[in-house]
Amino acid sequence: MEDTIKITVIDREDQEHILEAPTDMNMNLMEVCKSYDLPVKGTCGGMALCSTCHCYVESDHELAEMSEDEEDMLDQAFFVDDEKSRLGCQIHISEGLDGLVVKLAPEAE
Amino acid sequence: MIETDILIIGAGPCGLFTVFEAGLLKLRCHLVDSLPQAGGQLTEIYPKKPIYDIPGYPDILAGELVERLMEQIAPFHPGFTLGERAERIEKMEDGRFKLTTSRGTEHAAPVIAIAGGLGCFEPRKPPIGNIVDFEDKGVEYIIKDPEFYRNKRVVIAGGGDSALDWSIFLADVASEVTLVHRRTSFRGALDSVEKVMELNAEGRIKLITEAQVTGLNGNGHLEDVVIKHKTEGEMIKETDHFIPLFGLAPKLGPIAEWGLNIDRNAIEVDTVDYSTNVEGIYAIGDINTYPGKLKLILCGFHEGTIMVQSAFKRIYPDKKLSFKYTTVNGVQGFES
Repeated sequence: MEDTIKITVIDREDQEHILEAPTDMNMNLMEVCKSYDLPVKGTCGGMALCSTCHCYVESDHELAEMSEDEEDMLDQAFFVDDEKSRLGCQIHISEGLDGLVVKLAPEAE
Repeated sequence: MIETDILIIGAGPCGLFTVFEAGLLKLRCHLVDSLPQAGGQLTEIYPKKPIYDIPGYPDILAGELVERLMEQIAPFHPGFTLGERAERIEKMEDGRFKLTTSRGTEHAAPVIAIAGGLGCFEPRKPPIGNIVDFEDKGVEYIIKDPEFYRNKRVVIAGGGDSALDWSIFLADVASEVTLVHRRTSFRGALDSVEKVMELNAEGRIKLITEAQVTGLNGNGHLEDVVIKHKTEGEMIKETDHFIPLFGLAPKLGPIAEWGLNIDRNAIEVDTVDYSTNVEGIYAIGDINTYPGKLKLILCGFHEGTIMVQSAFKRIYPDKKLSFKYTTVNGVQGFES
């Protein structure tokens, strides 16, 4: 399909899911995961105000730099890996992310 | 016992607006919320964020929308039980429901409307295996009375305003304050950050950055915490108290125990009137689910409006109800 990229999401049971994400719908990774019914809550709706879409970027894609809001929110998250942790809602789906591999972070209590 | 017509659980935008629509039908409302102020997520999570999809407002700050709603419902004198979590619902002999809160406050009403949004906001607990064992035995997620820490050794974890503010405050109260934070920068207010740096330089707070508390030890009561530094590895810090301050996160909480049909943390409703499987209990706003559900403030307003019509018929089965536009008679509030 045109205007779509493939993203691999590894869930919390280590199951791999290959998702097709449209690049022309102004979507973020959290929304793509939800549209595939993956166990990502996205409680705040994508404002970087919760950390339920916390994930680890496993491939070496160049992502946009973290905003102050995202950094701040990760302070309230747990199981944070300084090298890999991101909030899915802050990863904007674009062509350059084709082949991205992410792993969902464990859910905190 | 607090008595009302519609007992609304959750004082977010949807619960607040329901007071208005109920008031137009001469029904009184009382709201219960676990947070200490009205507004729900809008006040607690994003008061300064603009909302763009409230009809008639090209944009409005979330906090301002709550203020406007409070103004709009004022003529109907709603009651509030704030800072108390709705804990238990029982059916009374006269057919009404009795709702008891976490502090034991009792409420009675013929109709309950659950407008609980995402659930109750509760402190985020760090994923330390045995943390539950030390709750109230050295681990506290909320500081209720700072005097409790007088001349005690305290380890605080977190990087936001509450972690900074309490570190500053307790520097004068506790015998020793250690603040542990994952990064070198803080997201709190600038002057709080500067104050913490100053106290650290004076040796009145011990600041450990790029570190996290990863373990707890003690025999019955907390005795020490394990602090893992990014590069320097683990260290043991003796302490009397560990206070993790990582903000609040919503949880469905006791609502799950009320015998309602729940699907993925949301209450199933009939879209005819947003009633649940328990007669007399309705669910509106983000907490409910039905085919085509959208979690929007806009939709919550609609759901509350439809719901009060059905609530009226339940409360006054024999009374005639005529639907009126506010443009016809204006808004006639209650005397008190």
